[in-house]
Amino acid sequence: MNRATAPAASASPPAPPAGRTDGRGTRRSPVRRLLARPEVGALIAAIGVYLFFFAVAPSFRTAGALSTVLYQASVMGIMALPVALLMIGGEFDLSAGVAVTTSALTAAVLSFQFTVNVWTGVAVALVVSLAVGAFNGWLLIRTGLPSFLVTLGSFLILQGANLAVTKIFTDNVASDSIADMDGFGQARKVFASEFTVGGVDFKITIVYWLVLAAAATWLLLRTRFGNWIFAVGGDQDSARAVGVPVDRTKVVLFMGVGAGAWFVGMHLLFSFDTVQSGEGVGNEFLYIIAAVIGGCLLTGGYGSAIGPVIGAFIFGMVNQGIVYANWNPDWFKAFLGVMLLVAALVNLWVRRTATRR
Amino acid sequence: MTVHGSGPQDAGREDHPPERDAPVVELRGAGKSYGNIRALHGVDLAVRPGRVTCVLGDNGAGKSTLIKIISGLHRHTEGELLVDGVPVRFGSPREALDLGIATVYQDLATVPLMPVWRNFFLGSETTRGRWPLRRLDIEGMKRTADRELRSMGIVLDDLEQPVGTLSGGQRQCVAIARAVHFGARVLILDEPTAALGVKQSGVVLKYIAAARERGLGVVFITHNPHHAYLVGDHFSVLRLGTLELAADRAEVTLQELTHHMAGGAELAALRHELAQVHGVDVEELPEA
Ligand SMILES: Nc1ncnc2c1ncn2[C@@H]1O[C@H](COP(=O)(O)OP(=O)(O)OP(=O)(O)O)[C@@H](O)[C@H]1O
Ligand SMILES: [Mg+2]
Repeated sequence: MNRATAPAASASPPAPPAGRTDGRGTRRSPVRRLLARPEVGALIAAIGVYLFFFAVAPSFRTAGALSTVLYQASVMGIMALPVALLMIGGEFDLSAGVAVTTSALTAAVLSFQFTVNVWTGVAVALVVSLAVGAFNGWLLIRTGLPSFLVTLGSFLILQGANLAVTKIFTDNVASDSIADMDGFGQARKVFASEFTVGGVDFKITIVYWLVLAAAATWLLLRTRFGNWIFAVGGDQDSARAVGVPVDRTKVVLFMGVGAGAWFVGMHLLFSFDTVQSGEGVGNEFLYIIAAVIGGCLLTGGYGSAIGPVIGAFIFGMVNQGIVYANWNPDWFKAFLGVMLLVAALVNLWVRRTATRR
Repeated sequence: MTVHGSGPQDAGREDHPPERDAPVVELRGAGKSYGNIRALHGVDLAVRPGRVTCVLGDNGAGKSTLIKIISGLHRHTEGELLVDGVPVRFGSPREALDLGIATVYQDLATVPLMPVWRNFFLGSETTRGRWPLRRLDIEGMKRTADRELRSMGIVLDDLEQPVGTLSGGQRQCVAIARAVHFGARVLILDEPTAALGVKQSGVVLKYIAAARERGLGVVFITHNPHHAYLVGDHFSVLRLGTLELAADRAEVTLQELTHHMAGGAELAALRHELAQVHGVDVEELPEA
């Protein structure tokens, strides 16, 4: 870590200055370094929220409640991950919420209408979801418009298409049940099964969520692509000037959101066997909120994958904790709003600290 | 990159190396328009191995535009850009970098929120291991970045600190050290000493001399004729997007260079104007 204090024997520059440091105490204190990590604020908040509901809601303390909280968090958290990566890359995707529904509807309607194995529908849904992501990215690059506008457009398009196309095929607001179609049981095992630990049932999505978070952390911190994500979000012109493929990075990030939407869409479809075509609206903000609470900078260039995991966990705790505490669930949104504002302020402070000279 | 005129020329690049003093990069009648602003027009420039080409000129003369064409950031809209005698059109700075052309930009340098070592290797990260375990060679990159920065006289405690926490000059040094490290054949420096103190400016000039010794072609943009004359082998003065002067070191003196940079004939006119404003005699104003 700290080359200055290590015997720099390997370093044999032409004429290394004798002094190790210039003795002005440029070293940042460990505490400040820790606080500058993107997810620390969220972690403190998560512990606080947990202790709070632990104290006020006895039923919150059970393992069953933990399972429910984790499930809630995982479904949202799986989407929050690619949304966070995209945010670190400096862009938004407002179509992320309805894209989940689009993916689920594609698989459901296609499987039912053509009476094919549901896996065909699953595969086509993946292609459609990736294509939607690629389209968002392509449009952004070609037009130079802010992603807020571009994806607001695709949000409206997808929302309208979800409702209208479903109505064409089913004359209804929901897709037809695909429960008795080939491959349904298998797909349900993959996307929506449960497992038991110590007598408590947990949903498989929790495992996917944590594995994906680990993979995203690796991607961000240990790969070239991860370096590029930070760079295009931090200063895209400088990044381009040193040879970072800015456009490709952004398109891939949007396609990542598409892949996330597909995965969650499949989970929702195979948890039940139909999809409501109006679902998903508004969820895009929840993903963004999870990322921001998790310490990702709204303006890009800074954040982590662990942050949105914690953000989603807070979301799950608040969502369920209010129920366990027997409060009016309407308080949920208010609580979330407070969390968001606090997180935004913490972020601001963190960024100032991190770049303070 | 689109390489026009393939065949014999391409073969030439591989079979027998071009003659010793042949330019690595050459502009022939190159020009660039931003919409209807003609920033550069009909410029000839040759970057030869082991030689320092200084580009001088007023603010807005088109110096940055010129080097952005060579570094692949902008495409020329007229004339030709040749690398090793082959006309090219760079689609991105990556293509120029892959040919060993590295640039320190005046306005584009580093990503403030990223750690120093990540900035240093941005776009050219080194990895180890095989896919799917291929990962950044963090230790190696930090070691290299630290060594290169130390040799510029920049000693940092912590390469993990965001570049944004460094001073402007230190940041500039990171960009210069990076270009020196990655510029295998051509090094382009756009006003690298503008933000630097005396010591670091000296280091940069030494770097330029060292790069020349190693046989690199150097393009050095500066407003400081003294700096230019210390290291330059060839001087090109731009004015309003066209070449006003292109001369080898043997053909100009420092005085002449300063005179050209200061606007030469324009200065005489300026003296007249000032004289009118102040109502003084032209002869009382100091000589250019
Ligand atoms: N991206 C751009 N779009 C439009 N016009 C531009 C652009 N970049 C430069 N110009 C114009 O081109 C001209 C030359 O600019 P350039 O940056 O090459 O000057 P310069 O010689 O580097 O000046 P300085 O010494 O101030 O750095 C200027 O008139 C400028 O306004
Ligand atoms: Mg310039």
